[in-house]
Amino acid sequence: MSTTAATGLPTPRAHRRRTTGGGVNTLPLVAPSVGLLLVFSLVPLAATLYFSVLRYNLLNPAVGGFAGWNNYKYLFRDPALFYSLFVSVALVVEVLIITVGLGMILASLFETNFPGRSIARILIVSPFFVMPTVSALIWKNLLMHPVNGFIAWVTRGLGLGVIDFFTDWPLSSVVIIVAWQWLPFAFLILLTALQSLDEETREAANIDGAGPIKVFFFIELPHMGRAASVVVLIETIFLLGIFAEIYVTTSGGPGIATTNLTFLIYERALLAFNVGGASAAGVIAIILANILATFLVRAIGKRLDT
Amino acid sequence: MSMRSKTQPVAGSFAWLAALLMFFPIFWMILASFKTEVGAIATPPQLIFTPTLENYRDILGRADYLSFALNSVIVSFGATALAILLAVPAAFGMAFYPTARTRGTLLWMLSTKMLPPVGVLVPIYLFCRDVGLLDTRTALVIMYTMMNLPIVVWMLFTFFKEMPKAIIEASRIDGANVWQTIVHVLLPLVLPGIASTALLNIILSWNEAFWSLNLTAHDAAPLTAFIASFSAPEGLFWAKLSAASTMAIAPILVFGWISQRQLVRGLTFGAVK
Amino acid sequence: MRLTHLVSGVALLALSAGAASAATITIATVNNSDMIRMQKLSPQWEKKTGNKINWVVLEENVLRQRVTTDIATRGGQFDILTIGSYETPIWGKQNWLLPLDDFPASYDYNDIFKGVRDALSANGKMYAVPFYAESSFTFYRKDLFEKAGLTMPAHPSYDQIAQFADKLTDKAHEQYGICLRGKAGWGENMAFLDTMVNAFGGQWFDMKWQPQLTSEPWKKALTFYVDLMHRDGPPGATGNGFNENLALFTTGHCAMWIDATVAAGMVYDKNSSQVADKTGFTSAPMEVTDHGNGWFWSWALGVPASSKNAKVAKDFLAWATSKDYVTMVGETDGWTVVPPGTRESTYANPAYIKAAPFAETVKASILSADITHPTKDPVPYVGIQYVAIPEFQAMGTQVGQLVSAALAGQMTPDQALKQAQASVTSTMQQAGYLK
Repeated sequence: MSTTAATGLPTPRAHRRRTTGGGVNTLPLVAPSVGLLLVFSLVPLAATLYFSVLRYNLLNPAVGGFAGWNNYKYLFRDPALFYSLFVSVALVVEVLIITVGLGMILASLFETNFPGRSIARILIVSPFFVMPTVSALIWKNLLMHPVNGFIAWVTRGLGLGVIDFFTDWPLSSVVIIVAWQWLPFAFLILLTALQSLDEETREAANIDGAGPIKVFFFIELPHMGRAASVVVLIETIFLLGIFAEIYVTTSGGPGIATTNLTFLIYERALLAFNVGGASAAGVIAIILANILATFLVRAIGKRLDT
Repeated sequence: MSMRSKTQPVAGSFAWLAALLMFFPIFWMILASFKTEVGAIATPPQLIFTPTLENYRDILGRADYLSFALNSVIVSFGATALAILLAVPAAFGMAFYPTARTRGTLLWMLSTKMLPPVGVLVPIYLFCRDVGLLDTRTALVIMYTMMNLPIVVWMLFTFFKEMPKAIIEASRIDGANVWQTIVHVLLPLVLPGIASTALLNIILSWNEAFWSLNLTAHDAAPLTAFIASFSAPEGLFWAKLSAASTMAIAPILVFGWISQRQLVRGLTFGAVK
Repeated sequence: MRLTHLVSGVALLALSAGAASAATITIATVNNSDMIRMQKLSPQWEKKTGNKINWVVLEENVLRQRVTTDIATRGGQFDILTIGSYETPIWGKQNWLLPLDDFPASYDYNDIFKGVRDALSANGKMYAVPFYAESSFTFYRKDLFEKAGLTMPAHPSYDQIAQFADKLTDKAHEQYGICLRGKAGWGENMAFLDTMVNAFGGQWFDMKWQPQLTSEPWKKALTFYVDLMHRDGPPGATGNGFNENLALFTTGHCAMWIDATVAAGMVYDKNSSQVADKTGFTSAPMEVTDHGNGWFWSWALGVPASSKNAKVAKDFLAWATSKDYVTMVGETDGWTVVPPGTRESTYANPAYIKAAPFAETVKASILSADITHPTKDPVPYVGIQYVAIPEFQAMGTQVGQLVSAALAGQMTPDQALKQAQASVTSTMQQAGYLK
């Protein structure tokens, strides 16, 4: 590799760089990205803050003016808000457990050599390429439907009766769909990590007589730890915004069983066109996002920073 | 890549079982696209049937598929290219010349991705109206660039960090400036990383369904809008939707299949040590 | 030689484009089959006038949010909008739409049913022209009724419907006595439940805009609905909207189904329905009253005030909602599928009556659905499956969710209604109707 050749060059080891930036002005490098992002997050943020204290309903221009804290008052009085926070978190956590857990097992399986491995890998990765609305529609109507769905046909054939997914297990059903979409992502990253595991460690374990289960738990699993943190971080970002799957399958119901914060805001903004109320909920979401980001940084960021 | 010499039939059969299970919904959808509308919802489900191309014919007769697909390609590739162009220098600066604020900046960038877009639809819509960007591909390229920039910066940052700092020093001593260093020394090394970052972002942009539906009408509408014109009309629609979906995901699926080896190689996120 | 050809060709093209002063209009519409047919036939209009149409076809919910955002912010993206009888008067009053009362005499406004015209008017002016209109009624399986020795009366009551449903349910064979909407949404489960509440004598508000959701009729209606669906409904009812129920009914899983009259065309279509020759229909059930027991809805086309091609847009509308258009569809695509429910002349046409056995019942349902008198007792609002005020979408959505929670068994009907009352009261306070 060319990198080794490069490192072989006699160059001064630069420890002092760590804090000073090495005398290089990085501002012109970093500024375009950071500046643009600042504009694109601060301007809407300002607008959201401003709208959140207005009486502003798109459908009713006759109602207007300053609302003070009223939008927040109505929001906090609404039991749906707190429940939606719970749903948001539950959705993220459950999907994370499933995708990281199964992803590790799958990665370990795909590290072995078997016929048709690359084709099998292609099949397993495919769900990631499907649009969320499409996968939700397919799952709801062609697979999970209790009367004419494929799963109902199988369970009936096995004499197990029919599972009424979206009535009795609404949140779990959404979790299944979302996990199906994100498992390939976790799998890919974990597999990449596992492929960097050096062969000697593995062979040493084999010589010591460790079976595949032991190898998985004591050698592969610890090795995937860092990759798992990456999966957790990235997936959390996307899973908090899960919307299409809920919208298509349950519309947040029955009741508010599957209403997460994103869906709640959608409801306020695009079903009720209550821009004021939606903005207030948006402010809550922003606060939540920042708390979560700080938390994630503490928990995961450090592990990645070395 | 570690290739074990021995084949392992047990692990292999489990792996294949998992692969088939994961792919089944897509297979079932493709199958449904060749059924009649009644056939698609028949109980018990039809496994053997006479395939029909009626759904595809219907769809092509109704909607200009190529125009939608072209918009999807232009927007997702354009936004990805722009994001990478912006992100490479930033990631370089952060990785090689970190300051006390670098980590904070990175994480702040990531946290902007957690804001629900629906909350800012009205201000963005008003803005696009005032500058004449409604229903233009430019608007979508801008939105997607901003949407994906944090992830792109972060992914590239993790790749750059793995590069030995010594090469940078070496080229600096040779008198190269920062840009020359990036272009001639660093880029060739991190190309796999950039490629997989790009792939991931193309996929994410391709599937984005909020801005693409709300900021476009006719001229700039991508495949997500194509899908929205076939989902949930009054009447039976699952076979037709399956056909439309198959058409909408086919390009990205093929693209993903071709490039997945690349994707796997580059998706390390700095997590491989 | 070639070059001159090319040059003259270009010149000709430029000339023809200039001469016709052709405009391009953008039409936003729903992906329902009648609209798709309009899209298919529209080249005839384009050929005749030299104008061009950009079609934006979207599913109903996406379309509604798209169109509402655009008109409320005056985005000016569309020249023609497909909207319902709910939006039309509200937007018309706000002057977001152009009045459409100046079509040529051949358009014959008086041929359009008066109820339909009224529903699409504000301050005495029409702000949208009807593309098709619908009411709701009861579909039932004649073969199953015959086998069980039952007869469906012309005006059934909900009690009778429940008795029939009990007898016709055979869950072991996936046959369900009744299919009703259960998916949350103001246009989904609430559309049906509103008519049921009306039939039980209930109302959304009293004359002082006080919400009435905890009143006796609401409680009775919701309890009845939940019990009936538990006893005789299909599994997964909380996810069933119009389409899911249509799928269940046309594949023979439902003995009865109360839903939109437009479904008749689909149920009777032999290509997509296994019960085409076994289905009967009768009016929507009543209970203590027949006021508002069947809904009224119309999909209509309007021109936003922000349109820059209003003249061309109006010309298209006069074509797409004309008598001639109905005839054209009848002759090219068959009379069963002509846009129903809007014009007297359609129902006076023997070709239609012959092809569509449901036509008379549909007409009767539409004529009897009087949106200005939707309930047993007087109310301050207009609308049967909606309340024509801007805030209704919000309320309908929230109450719809609570109703689906009751249907799923997460809460009792009484609990659901108590919460619904609180949420509606809160919305009405925010909007300034109360206090």
